[in-house]
Amino acid sequence: MQAPGQTDNPLRAASWPMYRALVGVGMLCGLLIVSVYVLTLPAITRNETRALQQAVFQVLPGAVARTSFVLTAAGHFREAAEGDDPARMVHAGYTAEGQLAGIAIEGRAMGYQDVIRILYGYAPQQQVVVGMQVLASKETPGLGDRIEKDAGFRANFTALDVTLAADGVSLEHPVEAVKNGTRTAPWQIDGITGATISSSAVAGILNRSSAQWIPVIHQRQADFMRPEATDDQR
Amino acid sequence: MTSVDRVQPAVSADDFIKGLWRENPVFVQVLGMCPVLAVTNSGINALAMGLATTFVLVLSNTLVSLLRRAIPRQVRIATFILIIASFVTVVDYLIQALSLELHRALGAFISLIVVNCLILGRAEAFASKNTVLRSILDGLGMGLGFTFALLCLGGVREILGSGALFGIALFPAGFQPWIVMLLPSGGFFTLGLWLLLFNYLRARRLEERGEAQGVVP
Repeated sequence: MQAPGQTDNPLRAASWPMYRALVGVGMLCGLLIVSVYVLTLPAITRNETRALQQAVFQVLPGAVARTSFVLTAAGHFREAAEGDDPARMVHAGYTAEGQLAGIAIEGRAMGYQDVIRILYGYAPQQQVVVGMQVLASKETPGLGDRIEKDAGFRANFTALDVTLAADGVSLEHPVEAVKNGTRTAPWQIDGITGATISSSAVAGILNRSSAQWIPVIHQRQADFMRPEATDDQR
Repeated sequence: MTSVDRVQPAVSADDFIKGLWRENPVFVQVLGMCPVLAVTNSGINALAMGLATTFVLVLSNTLVSLLRRAIPRQVRIATFILIIASFVTVVDYLIQALSLELHRALGAFISLIVVNCLILGRAEAFASKNTVLRSILDGLGMGLGFTFALLCLGGVREILGSGALFGIALFPAGFQPWIVMLLPSGGFFTLGLWLLLFNYLRARRLEERGEAQGVVP
């Protein structure tokens, strides 16, 4: 019986140390990454929750308190509890007087390099998007990362029109991206020259997410009117 | 006996010190220019990137040195990149756990540590041929030399571009910040000035050495 690496075929014998090194180092590195991931996950989750809370207040001007809601299978919103699916959650922001300032909605899509995660604020009374914040992005520094820093691009999201159509289940004008400097309508997003893919990705997120969430939120506005935000949510 | 075992000089302080000044990765070897220019718009970003790179450099040098006899020459570069990429992933998780703001500020540059030629260069040129202790000292010296260089750039750019250092205001309210120093052009400008200073110091030292040995230039 031959030991591993001992073979009559000289080519196979020569390649055995290479397989051994690559597979061995690969397994070692995999184990290292998984161990560190498991160890750091609680702290990362805590930090992400805190960042999300801050982002809610950024995208909803005037909000001083927030409560998370989850969309149930029955089609209404209830206060979120631990273990609820984050993909079915939205975050309601309230003013100091307890009025609903708006709803913050998370969306994600593939950008140029990796997934872009954004949070945008929707004001149901005016039916406009009133703010947008990038939660996670690895877009090219100096180019794609301008979706976070470019003041002109961010200005698209101060009053982006997402008015519902007469049927109440779709938008009158779906959000669309246009070339930089060619915006003519309030539902259009002026792109960024040199960051076309990244800015179009953000517009795509808004397009799909608003079409999915805004009709439901608009119909169920009463679900968000209830609670007094608790101290830890302020 | 393999070639890596033939000559093994003893551990010396020079293994550590050379990276700090004489063979400084940025000012002398001009390596890793992408993060040097991109993330040095503030002192804290420069320090964080420098320490993250040092962390990856020391650990990758250690593992490469430990495994140097088990890695065949034909697959050494692929294996080194696998090791470096794993430690970069580890440092990415650690920074996320430490501070999401810092992670966002460093952006894609954390991932780009993988392709920092300084790290692969030290793995190939030093760690794959030397003992673990010497490789750790080399990684530490080069990493701290890299951090020092980043801080030199980040400090100057933040002071002139924001009127502050590590977020602490240094000038009275009337100070007009030089915004250009925070832009990429400010990075090139500051790097050019630091390289000018280092080359002047090196030339002067060589001149003094030449005079001491009686060599006429």
